[in-house]
Amino acid sequence: MANEKHMEVRAIENGTVIDHIPASSLFKIIDILQLEKETNRITFGTNLESKRMGSKAIIKINNRYCKPEEINRIALVAPMAKVNIIKNYEVTEKLKVEVPTHIEEFVKCANPKCITNKQPVKTAFEVLKLDGEIALKCRYCEKTTRQEFEIIK
Amino acid sequence: MGKKNLISITDFTKEEILRIMDLAADFEKEPYQPLLTGKIIASLFFEPSTRTRLSFESAINRLGARVIGFADTSNTSITKGETFHDTIMIISNYCDMIIMRDSCEGSPRYASEISKVPVINAGDGANQHPSQTLLDLYSIRKTQGTLDGINIMMIGDLKYGRTVHSLLQALSHFNATFTFVAPPELELPIEYKEFLRERGIKFIEKREIDEAINEADIVYMTRVQRERFLDPMEYERVKNVYVLRNSMLEGTKDNMRILHPLPRVNEIDTDVDSNPKAYYFEQTENGVYVRMAIISYLLGAKK
Repeated sequence: MANEKHMEVRAIENGTVIDHIPASSLFKIIDILQLEKETNRITFGTNLESKRMGSKAIIKINNRYCKPEEINRIALVAPMAKVNIIKNYEVTEKLKVEVPTHIEEFVKCANPKCITNKQPVKTAFEVLKLDGEIALKCRYCEKTTRQEFEIIK
Repeated sequence: MGKKNLISITDFTKEEILRIMDLAADFEKEPYQPLLTGKIIASLFFEPSTRTRLSFESAINRLGARVIGFADTSNTSITKGETFHDTIMIISNYCDMIIMRDSCEGSPRYASEISKVPVINAGDGANQHPSQTLLDLYSIRKTQGTLDGINIMMIGDLKYGRTVHSLLQALSHFNATFTFVAPPELELPIEYKEFLRERGIKFIEKREIDEAINEADIVYMTRVQRERFLDPMEYERVKNVYVLRNSMLEGTKDNMRILHPLPRVNEIDTDVDSNPKAYYFEQTENGVYVRMAIISYLLGAKK
């Protein structure tokens, strides 16, 4: 398996590898981690075969070591993701994606009548679990957003 | 104590809710108490409302304070494009408390983060209207003698009805039993069912008003609005299912009372009005005492 993976998306010398991303969440993670602003070399693979997930995506970011709080943000769209910090082609640290209790700023409230969508107000949510799925309760309008979180770029 | 606001009913603990009930009962006995002489309270109605505004302003006057503010935004700087942030920041320099209503949801919470003075939410769109909830609770306690162990049947629009959501959050402190009667389009949202389940609170869901009404201490009616339905045929099918008629009340308990946050359209037949179990008009009078209690509590005139 490991060798096949290396063939599909080239190994990196130093940086962060995010694996086991649902294929549908790849572009959301690009937004969440603001990778379009990144100047380091990044390689993506998507619709890769995965025995566990059917199809998955992978992101490899050269020379950037993601912090746990950044990683926890991706829990909203890829709670099963595996994150490895690579130094000199070796995995030196495995980060666990933990669902945060609160999130601020980077997700849009789904309620069009919410003040955060009408005035320049930063969004803030409490993270809940409903039927085993992550849901976000807005601090302002108190509406709960489920599924399909829209990322503020 | 730092600045205390009332934005959502969940901002008050069970003890605070009970304290408001006791204070309101005192104000009902003695409805003119100049506890706040010299204070200035801003009444900011970004969205027009007659009853809630007058009820608050009556409460302010009975407490001896003065009111400044506006009943709609047409003569304000908001029409010049001033941000909500700046409006609140400036007005909070002019007064000792802000009472506000807005169709924009969440704006009172945001105002409370900016304002130097306490903020009371007098209704923010489909979100919260906590003084209504406290007056519903006061009406329940006044008619039932207690808030504990009430059996309440909530009927109609349980999906969008903000008073329903706030009242069930408040009653969750008091071991209530709930029966929810609504069409599938308007049933209670999952987050509120989850809220009740987490707290081990009993509830059942029904599609029509049946003999379960005979077990209820309180029947809480809400309006089923046509515009909530995607399919107009579906509205036509259900619109009469959620109308309360006098004949349905025959087997109900003697202590049962019918509440409605008003305005009513046709969901309570007018033949119910003369039934002694109809309490929705008396309910509104309680609002002034409850609002006196909230204002004097938040300003520290009553502890």
